[in-house]
Amino acid sequence: MALISTDTLTKRYGPVTAVSELSVDIEPGVIGLIGANGAGKSTLIKILLGLVPATSGSATVLGLDVASDGAQIRSRVGYMPEHDCLPPDVSATEFVVHMARMSGLARTAARERTADTLRHVGLYEERYRPIGSYSTGMKQRVKLAQSLVHDPTLVLLDEPTNGLDPAGRDDMLGLIRRIGSEFGISVLVASHLLGELERVCDHVVVIDGGRLLRSSSTADVTAASALVAVEVDDRTDELAAALRSAGLTVALVGHVLEVELRDDTTYDVVRDHVVGLGVGLVRMEQRRHRMSEIFTAAGAGIV
Amino acid sequence: MSDATPPTPSARSGVIHDIGYRHYDGPRLGRGHIARALFVESALGAYGIGRSARSKIVPMLLFAVVCVPAFILVVVAAITNADELPGEYTSYVLNVQVLVAIYVAGQAPANVSRDLRFRVMPLYFSRPLERVDYVLAKYAALSAAVFVFVAVPLTIMFLGALLVELPIGEQAPDYLRSLGSGLLVALVLAGIGLVIAAVTPRRGLGVAAIITVLLVLAGVQGVVQGIATEENEETLAAYSGLFSPFTLVDGVQSSVLGADSALPAEPPGTVGAIVFLIVTLLLVVACVGALLLRYRKVSI
Repeated sequence: MALISTDTLTKRYGPVTAVSELSVDIEPGVIGLIGANGAGKSTLIKILLGLVPATSGSATVLGLDVASDGAQIRSRVGYMPEHDCLPPDVSATEFVVHMARMSGLARTAARERTADTLRHVGLYEERYRPIGSYSTGMKQRVKLAQSLVHDPTLVLLDEPTNGLDPAGRDDMLGLIRRIGSEFGISVLVASHLLGELERVCDHVVVIDGGRLLRSSSTADVTAASALVAVEVDDRTDELAAALRSAGLTVALVGHVLEVELRDDTTYDVVRDHVVGLGVGLVRMEQRRHRMSEIFTAAGAGIV
Repeated sequence: MSDATPPTPSARSGVIHDIGYRHYDGPRLGRGHIARALFVESALGAYGIGRSARSKIVPMLLFAVVCVPAFILVVVAAITNADELPGEYTSYVLNVQVLVAIYVAGQAPANVSRDLRFRVMPLYFSRPLERVDYVLAKYAALSAAVFVFVAVPLTIMFLGALLVELPIGEQAPDYLRSLGSGLLVALVLAGIGLVIAAVTPRRGLGVAAIITVLLVLAGVQGVVQGIATEENEETLAAYSGLFSPFTLVDGVQSSVLGADSALPAEPPGTVGAIVFLIVTLLLVVACVGALLLRYRKVSI
């Protein structure tokens, strides 16, 4: 069963089209939803929660229709908003217990699940202190905990690494990976930062201007497009021209040539031309396309 | 046979094991139960129960103070061997209206402003609870809290009267009337308080706004009634009760429930009774409607 499925989903706010004829099928796992600010990520999440009606088209989450089964979806899905949503005068424990009860857990179950969940997101002694005294990283953990406390089948995380320093970012990404692998909860994580998502996601959905740019597994995205970086000590331009005439795709990035890797013979072609020009080979290494390049290329292709 | 080696005893002692993630397969309650949980938590929260020690001080202190006159009435009746209490059940709320107004002004913002100001609402809306459930649960919770605030001193008076062996037949009717009007006062004040609190997300502003509105209305009512009585405009004096929530409910109590009014003029005849009753009900409906409109606009 598809985790999330949309069919020509469209949402317009007056003249502004936030989501445009989006058709995508997503299998369970950790899914990255990538797009620039204003690409329609948050709108899509609200539609999937059944909180914003689509203008046209349809969508299902966990096999439930967002238009008619919103309440059922919301009892099995967790949501972590992008913005601050924590009152400063209560402790993390009190707050998460309250939100657990608002998800339909009885008092005792809410307490137990809160203790478990806060431990899993990495909040220990500080969970009895008022949230107002927390660092940004700790607040993000509380927001994550409230989305997980009722043990959902799927969590929707809107920009969970916002405002975090690099270490906090790594911790949060590690947590997201664990939610998918250890907890067995599917994750849809929206972000405009592409680099961080390729580390944790099984699958990426790229949207821009509300339209689907691509939907594919992370392995496909990064593996199918390997590169060889070649750096020589002189006559870089001549080498680039020679390789192009040999039928290879070459891009000059700074003083490094990035050559599309077709198969193993590509290495031989590069070596032969370097020797032919009689220049010194400083470096030749295999690289992967980063998602950002694909995103830019795909975006440029559409625009 | 499994080839997994059992953990050695030394590794098992004194080590906290990470037992890993456990799924929850217990019951998940529906909308109705969630709304009820929100109602109970909010109603207790209006007395600071389940909140920080600091937020218990004001409601508990006010609650104690509002009960003091009831105790005094009972004690005086006991000492003087009177054949009735030295105060009326039906005028008690009117006499302690400042305390009730302060209580509502303190607790209505605490009840709703925090969720609005710190943008907690999206977390509620992303759960099975609907907006209307949230509004009704919060309204019912504050109404219940205000009702307890006025009903407990009345009940102290009633039980005290029975203790000093005043006849129950004379005490019960007015006691029940005062409970009925106490319920109306609770509904009206909770409605007004919540509507003001919901449009002023800053809590301090909400407190000030509610207390100002309630006291100004009471003041206007008093002045209009005073002037009208002076000028022998009895109809105007009677209908001036519509200005303030407390006198409005007192009007219903005297004209519909049949109590003696503590005010100089009470609603005239059947028309007056109907007007006061309809205005009260309309006020409650309008408050709920305004709250629903307000919360429809809260974006997630």
